[in-house]
Amino acid sequence: MTAGIVLQVAQTLLALLLAPLLIGWVNICRAWLQGRSAPPLLQPYYSLRKLFHKDATLAHEASPLFRFAPYMIFACMVLAAAIVPSLVNDLPFSPAADVIALVGLFALARVFQALAAMDIGTAFGSLGARREMLIAFLAEPALLMVFFTASLISQSTELPHIVERLAHQEFAIYPSLAFAAVAFWMVSTAENARVPVDNPTTHLELTMIHEAMILEYSARHLALIEWAVALKLYTYSVLGIALFLPWGIAAAGDYTSLPLALAALVVKLLLGGAALALLETINAKMRLFRAPEFLGTAFLLGVLGMLTHFLLEP
Amino acid sequence: MKARFGDIELKLTPQGGSSVWRFSLESARLRAFAQAIRDEGGQLIALWGSDDRHLGQGFALHTLYLSSQGLIWAHCPLPADDPAYPDLTGIFLQADRMQRACYDLLGIRAEGAVDTRKWLRHAAWHEKEHPLRKDFSACPPCPSAGTELDAYPFIRVAGDGVHEIPVGPIHAGVIEPGHFRFSVIGDKVLKLEERLGYTHKGIEKRFEGMDLLVGQRLAGRVSGDSHAAYSWAYCMAVEAALGLVVPERALWLRALFLEIERVANHLGDLGTLGNDVALSFGFAQFWRLKEEWLRLAARLFGHRYLFDRIVPGGVAADLSHTAALDAAAARLTDEVRELKAIYDEHAGVQDRFAHTGQVAPAMATRLGLIGLAGRASSQAWDLRVQFPHPPYDQLAVNMAIDRRGDVLARVEVRFAEVFESLRLIQEIVRRLPTGPVHAPLPAPGQVGEGLGCVEGWRGPIVVALRMGADGRLDRVHPHDPSWQNWPALEVGILGNIVPDFPLINKSFNLSYSGHDL
Repeated sequence: MTAGIVLQVAQTLLALLLAPLLIGWVNICRAWLQGRSAPPLLQPYYSLRKLFHKDATLAHEASPLFRFAPYMIFACMVLAAAIVPSLVNDLPFSPAADVIALVGLFALARVFQALAAMDIGTAFGSLGARREMLIAFLAEPALLMVFFTASLISQSTELPHIVERLAHQEFAIYPSLAFAAVAFWMVSTAENARVPVDNPTTHLELTMIHEAMILEYSARHLALIEWAVALKLYTYSVLGIALFLPWGIAAAGDYTSLPLALAALVVKLLLGGAALALLETINAKMRLFRAPEFLGTAFLLGVLGMLTHFLLEP
Repeated sequence: MKARFGDIELKLTPQGGSSVWRFSLESARLRAFAQAIRDEGGQLIALWGSDDRHLGQGFALHTLYLSSQGLIWAHCPLPADDPAYPDLTGIFLQADRMQRACYDLLGIRAEGAVDTRKWLRHAAWHEKEHPLRKDFSACPPCPSAGTELDAYPFIRVAGDGVHEIPVGPIHAGVIEPGHFRFSVIGDKVLKLEERLGYTHKGIEKRFEGMDLLVGQRLAGRVSGDSHAAYSWAYCMAVEAALGLVVPERALWLRALFLEIERVANHLGDLGTLGNDVALSFGFAQFWRLKEEWLRLAARLFGHRYLFDRIVPGGVAADLSHTAALDAAAARLTDEVRELKAIYDEHAGVQDRFAHTGQVAPAMATRLGLIGLAGRASSQAWDLRVQFPHPPYDQLAVNMAIDRRGDVLARVEVRFAEVFESLRLIQEIVRRLPTGPVHAPLPAPGQVGEGLGCVEGWRGPIVVALRMGADGRLDRVHPHDPSWQNWPALEVGILGNIVPDFPLINKSFNLSYSGHDL
């Protein structure tokens, strides 16, 4: 039990540390692919340090909710990162929430984000919040469909059981997961405000979705939100790994394969980050009103995955 | 020479270059004349006023038209007390903001105008004060400045679910200031109203009493991205006023600078247009090309943006490495062709560009859309083609034209103009005449007036000026095509969604500084 708690703490700290690095890595890959010289890998850390050292500026109209929201969002993302098995399966926290609760956790963070954006009453805050909700209410059902497909295989919505079934029992090819994987990628780009749904690097306030909601934040509040954004991308990445590429995650109680698990995680994140950068480089951002079609397709693929499971994987 | 417009017959006096004609008419006939130009298919390209009371006259209203006969500079003398002229907005919609600015700066009224809201005046001076009048003094600062809030009555859209999004003048990126008031339902734009004038620097006032040579430096900085065009237009006006003949080689070099500037700006725009649809690849590549191009300019002529290379009397830089420029232009042509193929075949980019921000040809004619944006909406005006001043009369420029009027059309026109300008650069380099590049300015002796008009990368850049007998500038009016193109943006956005606005705005890429003056 003690070992489990130590590992749980270690995995959470690892998530906190690796998340900004993942963002840094994606930015490096993007720069390479575009033929630019790349920023340092540690740039996200430098930015966080800079932000934590600044004094926060608050709008006069800001209510306590506005100040509280960054802590809430950050806490949600840390908890989410702690629940998803990245190094070792079946940690003490894992039974605390299954995949459906995980979707709820993301939704909770989003609700606080949107409320905080509307709280100060600027045009861009409400504009971003409105668009974020449009994207979210389409993305969530699609994400649930992906999870249901994976749950059908393992007969459980608990992540440790899903990973256990896929990684540590006899190897099998599940066509349903292929559909689910594509749907998952589509949902992830929308949920993490990446190209082609949103553009994390834009300065054009009228085109923003996620960025429009955080325009009024500064200093430590902004740092926490930026860190939460990094954690969300990291959590989605390890979630994708757990569902579709779980090989390498140490089985419950198997402490000897931990170094191997760590190495596998890093390699998978490096590859995943490079793939994300590649997709972001070759795609343009779609017109906002195409996003519903995009997410509708993701939902459809999720449903197809479930149907495929019933047809091909009895 | 004589010309007929409707039942009005004019005796035209050539002024500064073969295709600028100048005449004077009483303000009562102004509307009839404007209507005749309109009926003939012409456009109003500039409207400004001047205070001529120190010359023993009253005020004057100047209008500049583009017609099949060339550029016509019409000048209406107005009385010294309560100067007014008939409103032209019923004939040329683009006159609206110019007339309002004219009132703010000089107190010359457009009689019968519907829209009499202030335009360039924010709260820096009092409503009753007019900075361009000769008796206005900016020192000490007018006591009323700052006491009045800038309350600008925007036109409201009423209805269920309509709300306003105010954007700017301070933006999230480092761009020029302008205020955009959107009336929207959800993300759909019902109306956009612009409020400009935030960068009003009093450039026209600053020109007064300035030396001719220093005037070029200020004129070139009216809108820095069009430096060569403004400098050339200014010098053309000065040379017309002085009757100075510029050496041929200098004229060819000026054209070379203008085309280099056009290529640099188009490359930058094509990159940022890619960036606005999140295709950072296009951004990085086009800006790499632009950077190499600017460095080449710096190496060959001593300045990246060719600042102050065009001076009254000729040019201040000569070209010795013709082979380097020729080779660079050829290489750039190939690289841009490669990138164009990527834009052309990218479904995501084409989806964002096509049918976005459309200004139909008929609407463009009504609005007086001009220059690059005009040519993307079937407005076939290009000074280098229709009224070529030397050396363009020997270069046979091909006009880029598109009928679609959307973002894609403006992108296509930019591509076509990059290729055409690169071809022109190569041709100029090969045919560059020999000889001196500068002629000394004659000593001034009398009051002189002149007008220069050059097809800059955005459209026709006009500089009209009058110099005193002491050889100093008395009144200079620089005109940017952004004046008539800004309102087209308000039309282009209609029916589009708010997140597409930055893309549409960038496809026009209009000048704030050149407009606000």
